[in-house]
Amino acid sequence: MSLLEVSGLGISFGGLRAVEDVSFSVSPGEIVSVIGPNGAGKTTLFNMISGIYRPGRGSVRLNGQDVTATAPHLLARMGLSRTFQNLQIFQEMTVLDNVLAGYHLTERGPVWADLLALPSMRRRAAEVRRGARDLLARVRLDKAAEQEAGSLSYGALKRLEIARALALGPKILLLDEPAAGCNAVETEEIDHLIAELAASGIAILLVEHDMKLVMRISSHIVVLDHGQKIAEGDPATVSRNPAVIAAYLGTDAPTEDPAHADG
Amino acid sequence: MTRRMKWIQLGVLAALIVLLPLLFPSGYYYRVGALIFVNALSVVGLVILIGYAGQISLGHAGFAGIGAYACALAPEHLGLHPGLAVLLGAGISGVMALLIGRPILRLKGYYLAVATLGFGILVSMVLTNERALTGGPDGMVVADPGLRDLLRDLGLRLSGGELWYGVSGLVLLVGAWIALNLLDSPTGRAMRALHGSEVAAATVGIDVAAQKLRAFVISAVYASVAGSLLALQNQYVTPDVAGFLHSVEMVTMAVLGGVGSVLGATLGAAILTLLPQVLTVFAEYEQLVLGAVMIGVMIFLPQGLLPSIARRLRGTSE
Ligand SMILES: Nc1ncnc2c1ncn2[C@@H]1O[C@H](COP(=O)(O)OP(=O)(O)O)[C@@H](O)[C@H]1O
Ligand SMILES: [Mg+2]
Repeated sequence: MSLLEVSGLGISFGGLRAVEDVSFSVSPGEIVSVIGPNGAGKTTLFNMISGIYRPGRGSVRLNGQDVTATAPHLLARMGLSRTFQNLQIFQEMTVLDNVLAGYHLTERGPVWADLLALPSMRRRAAEVRRGARDLLARVRLDKAAEQEAGSLSYGALKRLEIARALALGPKILLLDEPAAGCNAVETEEIDHLIAELAASGIAILLVEHDMKLVMRISSHIVVLDHGQKIAEGDPATVSRNPAVIAAYLGTDAPTEDPAHADG
Repeated sequence: MTRRMKWIQLGVLAALIVLLPLLFPSGYYYRVGALIFVNALSVVGLVILIGYAGQISLGHAGFAGIGAYACALAPEHLGLHPGLAVLLGAGISGVMALLIGRPILRLKGYYLAVATLGFGILVSMVLTNERALTGGPDGMVVADPGLRDLLRDLGLRLSGGELWYGVSGLVLLVGAWIALNLLDSPTGRAMRALHGSEVAAATVGIDVAAQKLRAFVISAVYASVAGSLLALQNQYVTPDVAGFLHSVEMVTMAVLGGVGSVLGATLGAAILTLLPQVLTVFAEYEQLVLGAVMIGVMIFLPQGLLPSIARRLRGTSE
């Protein structure tokens, strides 16, 4: 059974139909990519699925449960985690603290235990710290653990967001242009990491402009243009689809300018 | 690492509290010291609210007023021991903060500043106008909690100034310890995280509204206890304790010292408490000075005094 089921999802901003009647599903271990030109509605779709925008129409189901317009912090408890295209980093916290914040649901206890630094909290804190350092090693940021996050490079911050999103042990992970602004080596690392995560059973929903990456790792691709789904299927099918080629030729070529990030 | 930092900061604070009296030219300075500690206590509360959680309150003196008048009224009308009145005031302040904060903190934006502004004015108006109960603008006498007599019976002879210097210093240390515990805890991290990005905090499972509310309630309790201590050591209260100027004073102290730093809060409180004591002109132009300090800090030391100094020291030693 699919883990995430999106059906007939739509939203308008003023007169603009940013997303219109989009449906697809993601199963555990699957990598589903959403592609489309800038402004196609990919980020808006993510924002609706992750509870940041309230959808105007349609529904989102997680593990068979209707979670349409559920608050993000409640979706997190159900195992949905995400990263952001325009970085959302806790700038003034250390790199390690950013990831530790991702362990909030594992680590939190009664507030007085925190106020009084009760010993019961300490063992859990030590475990969580070890987990956080492992995650940082996984995205090659272990050496920067004590640095202030704001001092990191763009590519490093992208990886930090992935580590933080993994900290909550997600069942499904939404990645919004994780390789944007990364060099070839970093892109390859992210590619491997995503494949590894999927292999471990996490469902991945990916937005990415780097077409080589998308074609290589996706199990299924959904193509958006002007807010509408114009095609879907496996990478080979989608890349041959005339509507897809037209949509890309009409605007940006798909492999061009991966760093061209919009808000 | 952070745990070591906690004990270093507490050690520095404890050393200052113990050693400072060696420099006092007269017994009067115990009074000034006690006042600094009381102010620092409410500012440490604001460090949690403003520095950790990034929320602004312009009416925290309202909670100080509740704490102060609890100590004035509860012993007289309820026959409560003044020590218990401190707890009663803290409880009432906490509940008030919960009632105000719960609906307000669900909204995005600076509604808390506006709501607390209204709350502060309301408390100060009630205290001023309910003459029969509070004595109105002239204020009222606060009963002696009998701490000095108790200590004397135990063989420890202290002047009033020395006693309240010790009590306020001790309570400040406990307050600083709690704030530093919070800093390196899941709750404290959640507060700092939502300060950095509310959206990202929510997506890692942090209930943003609930964490803001926690910070607000905790800081209200700090202000309330500080107000209580002030009433007990002065043995007198006036509605000024709840006034808008006092709220602004607290925020200015926090911003001056460094709004994210517990030691900085103490430094800010010390400077702005001492200024009017040392230079009487400052007492006359207090509002002007507060405004100027606020603007100056924002322009030249946006991090506040202590963090800026620390950063500069680190910068040169590396
Ligand atoms: N909060 C918003 N208010 C108004 N318009 C928005 C908002 N969010 C997105 N949009 C618009 O919706 C469209 C889709 O944007 P977006 O989802 O960011 O595209 P993509 O991520 O595919 O590049 C754009 O035209 C964008 O301007
Ligand atoms: Mg986008």
